Amino acid sequence: MSRAAPGRPKQAAPPRGGVAAVRRSRGAVTSHPSFVVGAVLVALLLLAAAVSLLWQPWPPAEIDIPNKLASPSAAHWLGTDSLGRDIASQLLVGSQNSIVVGVVAVGIGLTLGVALGCLAAARRGWVEEAVMRLSDFTFAFPALLSAIMLTAIYGPGLVTSIVAIGIFNIPVFARLTRASARSAWTRDYVLAARAAGKGAWRITTDHVLPNIANVLIVQATIQFALAILAEAALSYLGLGTQPPQPSWGRMLNEAQTMLFEAPLLAVYPGVTIALAVLGLNLMGDGLRDLLDPRLARLR
Amino acid sequence: MLLFLARRAATFAATLLVASLVVFAVLELLPGSPAQVMLGDTATPESIAALEARLGLDQPAWSRYAHWVGGLARGHSAMSYAYDTPTFELIAERLQVSLPLALLAMVLTVVVALALGVYAASRHNHAGDLGVMALSQLGVAVPSFWLAILLILLFAVQLQWVSAGGFPGWSGDDGGGLWPGLKALLLPALSLAAVQAAILARVTRSAVLESMGEDYVRTARAKGLSRRAVLWRHVMRNAMIPVLTIMGLQFANLITGAIVVENVFVLPGIGRLVFQAINNRDLVLVRDVVMLLAAVVVFVNFIVDVLYALIDPRLRGGGV
Repeated sequence: MSRAAPGRPKQAAPPRGGVAAVRRSRGAVTSHPSFVVGAVLVALLLLAAAVSLLWQPWPPAEIDIPNKLASPSAAHWLGTDSLGRDIASQLLVGSQNSIVVGVVAVGIGLTLGVALGCLAAARRGWVEEAVMRLSDFTFAFPALLSAIMLTAIYGPGLVTSIVAIGIFNIPVFARLTRASARSAWTRDYVLAARAAGKGAWRITTDHVLPNIANVLIVQATIQFALAILAEAALSYLGLGTQPPQPSWGRMLNEAQTMLFEAPLLAVYPGVTIALAVLGLNLMGDGLRDLLDPRLARLR
Repeated sequence: MLLFLARRAATFAATLLVASLVVFAVLELLPGSPAQVMLGDTATPESIAALEARLGLDQPAWSRYAHWVGGLARGHSAMSYAYDTPTFELIAERLQVSLPLALLAMVLTVVVALALGVYAASRHNHAGDLGVMALSQLGVAVPSFWLAILLILLFAVQLQWVSAGGFPGWSGDDGGGLWPGLKALLLPALSLAAVQAAILARVTRSAVLESMGEDYVRTARAKGLSRRAVLWRHVMRNAMIPVLTIMGLQFANLITGAIVVENVFVLPGIGRLVFQAINNRDLVLVRDVVMLLAAVVVFVNFIVDVLYALIDPRLRGGGV
């Protein structure tokens, strides 16, 4: 984790959101090795999902018992599992699953969390207190616990797990948004906007949100990684994605029963999850350093 | 300090109350009859009505809630639907595995993380620091249940030092005992601790680095204190605040992480109990276990708040 150099003069808040800031520091992007590694891994993940939408080596759910537990070959790049399904195809299609979970769960957290956080920072008083206590409280139910409750009622499934992970993301974004927005509200440009007669809503959309976008983008990347991990855990337990839709977590569950016969089956999905999460985390860390070195201190 | 404690205790109690309302609302009031969920789609209306009467579901919601919370407060629990045993008895039995597991994992986490974090900070920007940071990136990315499977693969399948799962019990009568019990918990605790230690090591490192740049550290060094003395007496005390915050959150992660890891190692703990309860559609048991786990998370955060105030008297004034 890089830290702002001591004694470095405070920069003015960047006037624009994340993309512009990255463009400004294009030279710095290539000289940040962990960001490059992370971005490459994330690009591979997205590429795998995109390719698998159009083409797969084999239909991932196709059972082929005569060919079960085949070793890697030209036909089956990573071999087959205990039902003869192609491992590489399952991993490729599983990436779609992980991306959907990440996007929707982070989307839920971002939408509701940012709205609550902005509201708290703009209104202060009892509204802020209520939002903060609500987010304190939601922390009592980690994603897995909410998933267990929801699964007990609605049965296991992709939607249940996405909602559970999404709910847990709300307080994360609400707290972060409130903290960053509060500091934005004290800035001179907000004072100027107020003097110009802008209301709280306009100030939030025109000035506060663009200025806290960087922090949110970084956090979204990290929550995306956490969502992939949580979904994998839920699917491993059988509470997440259901067959025949392939998922990395369930592949690990199935591999565990074959640990003595085919130990490699337990290695591929794990490596894939770890690389996806590593890529997102490295990219998040890199983005934080690139977008605004001071952010490293805020976390 | 007393006022601070009273305020925190009130928040703790209020959070618990709201948590109980949410658990109750989600499991008993949301659309869908709990009796229907328990009995499945093929149940006849008569059997559903009979189960509703047995579970008291024909009573109004407020009276069911009051009965449940009142029972929890007095230490009387409902009967588990699947096991026909009071849920507290089942939970108490399983805690004998889950609690030592979580504590062992926490101890491993703290020991490894503090050692690595302080080492990395003292070797700032040198090879040791970079190595610890790389290791921590890797540790954060590896799912604990996958690490658990890899550990089984190495120590149970390849080396055959330990069994691939199960728990012999703490009592020597049935082949268990302190050492066999601990041995069975070692790999699960290790796989839980690895991820948390990776996170905590990074936090420790940056907290120590931050602290080392402060004026009072320079003053302490200038008045002749050794590097080691400054590190332990001044730097660590201040660095402990962010470290404690994360540790509080991590205990919650350990508890929920244990749900998954217990299932990997087939340990008869709380995690396995709640997982079986879901499969058995035993909503009574799910409700009580979820409430217990939520209460543990809230309680740990309460303790962390109190510890903050002990470490940093400035925080006692409130407003943080």
